Amino acid sequence: MKIVRASDSSLLIVFGDEISIHLHHRVMAIFHALQSMNDVRIRNLHPGYASLLIDYDPLQMSYTELSSWLKAIENMPGFASGDQHGMIEVPVCYGGEFGPDLPDVASHTRMSPEEVVRIHSAETYVVYFIGFSPGFGYFGGLPPCLHTPRLATPRTSVPAGAVGIAGSQTGIYPISSAGGWRLIGRTPLRMFDPDASPPTRLQPGALVKFSSIDRQTYDEIAQRAS
Amino acid sequence: MQDLGRYRYVHLGISPNGAADRLAFRIANLLAGNEENAAALEMTFLGATLEFEEPAVVALVGGGTEGKLGSSSLPAGEAVAVPAGSTLECGTMRSGIRSYLAVQGGFDVRPVMGSASTNLGGQFGGIDGRKLKKGDVLRVRAQDGLRARRLRPGALDRFVAEGPIRVTEGSQYDWFGPEAVATFTSCSYQILEQSNRNGLRLRAEAIRPLKQSQLLTDGIPLGGVQVPEDGQPIVLLADQQTTGGYPKIATVISADMSRVGQLGPGDQVQFAVISMAEALQLLRAQEQRFKEIFLN
Repeated sequence: MKIVRASDSSLLIVFGDEISIHLHHRVMAIFHALQSMNDVRIRNLHPGYASLLIDYDPLQMSYTELSSWLKAIENMPGFASGDQHGMIEVPVCYGGEFGPDLPDVASHTRMSPEEVVRIHSAETYVVYFIGFSPGFGYFGGLPPCLHTPRLATPRTSVPAGAVGIAGSQTGIYPISSAGGWRLIGRTPLRMFDPDASPPTRLQPGALVKFSSIDRQTYDEIAQRAS
Repeated sequence: MQDLGRYRYVHLGISPNGAADRLAFRIANLLAGNEENAAALEMTFLGATLEFEEPAVVALVGGGTEGKLGSSSLPAGEAVAVPAGSTLECGTMRSGIRSYLAVQGGFDVRPVMGSASTNLGGQFGGIDGRKLKKGDVLRVRAQDGLRARRLRPGALDRFVAEGPIRVTEGSQYDWFGPEAVATFTSCSYQILEQSNRNGLRLRAEAIRPLKQSQLLTDGIPLGGVQVPEDGQPIVLLADQQTTGGYPKIATVISADMSRVGQLGPGDQVQFAVISMAEALQLLRAQEQRFKEIFLN
């Protein structure tokens, strides 16, 4: 574990330089430990693939105090023994008007669209962290046979709930934004609601599984959600 | 509409938001008799013109605006009583780009995630998650028992700083060699049009890391200076993206974030790297000065 002073009011813990479940568990262990301490001097936590940035109030807490605590806790036996998050199931209506890029993904991966959907929805994905925009999860675990390059020219507007693939990543756009991912489906679930508690459906460390639904079911769920 | 921001949500991809010039924001609120974190208006480039249906006490701070109440000039650095039916013109900024209008009682804003601050990207918080526009009606909370405060003469001058913006070494400072650092600390960077509350986009001579490696996406601190492939730095501000994959050469010191909050397109900026110890000392000194500026 390497500790870097990222600013006068933040500290970056780096566990490694690759994407791996093992490093992810180490990030999550310290992330959860800090969250549960609920120390008011800790302002924010930014988990990354293999790192955790801690923002703190430097007038109330010193770098020495925080880094010493982190080193002590990391050495405790039984720490980082795995993640205990539940599974979140995300229903997705694949293809058709919701999956304009599904034909391209199919032809790039040399599979039928049905096969792409079957493999995409069979996998369990880990949310490594959430960043870039509210509720935007960085998922790990997209099978290599589904990897497809992102669009050369991003769309100026991708709808909220869109599910896509970009390179080795897959995920869900929680709010409408510009985006370069290949869109293969859409979920009727609200992934981000500022007034909900918590405001995002996904949390760092969550496990996600997509399930394929038909258009009618999509409309029913969307109706109930609104 | 802003306050001092929302904390404890960055791990969900939600930026801290809040006033870009926290010092001016806090002073405006305290002058008006509020606690520091009351909801207040942040105005950029152009001040708002407001019609008051009821009497109010207001304070306008930051950006060197020359406000007018009716036909009279608004005295700077003071809370002012605004009679019912009068029009307040906040005016244009003359020495900075942002000014803050605090009203005694604070603006009545429904908090989202514990804060009245606006999150433009997520379209929530503040007034319907958007910039204010002509015709908007703002309500003010009760002012019972609140009393305006007064600044010591010359108090605001104690926060004016000249010279380069001070930074400390960033998370990936060691990715950059001495040449890149020398360029970074000697260039006069131009601030580009696309700059906004997400970040200041700068342009000058390009700087590049020693080797082309992909950075595993990690957290970005407030004031982080990231360097994308084109070698033109971006200084992340209150509406920042919370994680990113570009190497960070430096971070603006906490004590200089308010200065940065007053910089905009057309301005030039230079940087100087200082030690953590010095950065913390400057922050402590600034907070100490802050405690001493009010008479009551």
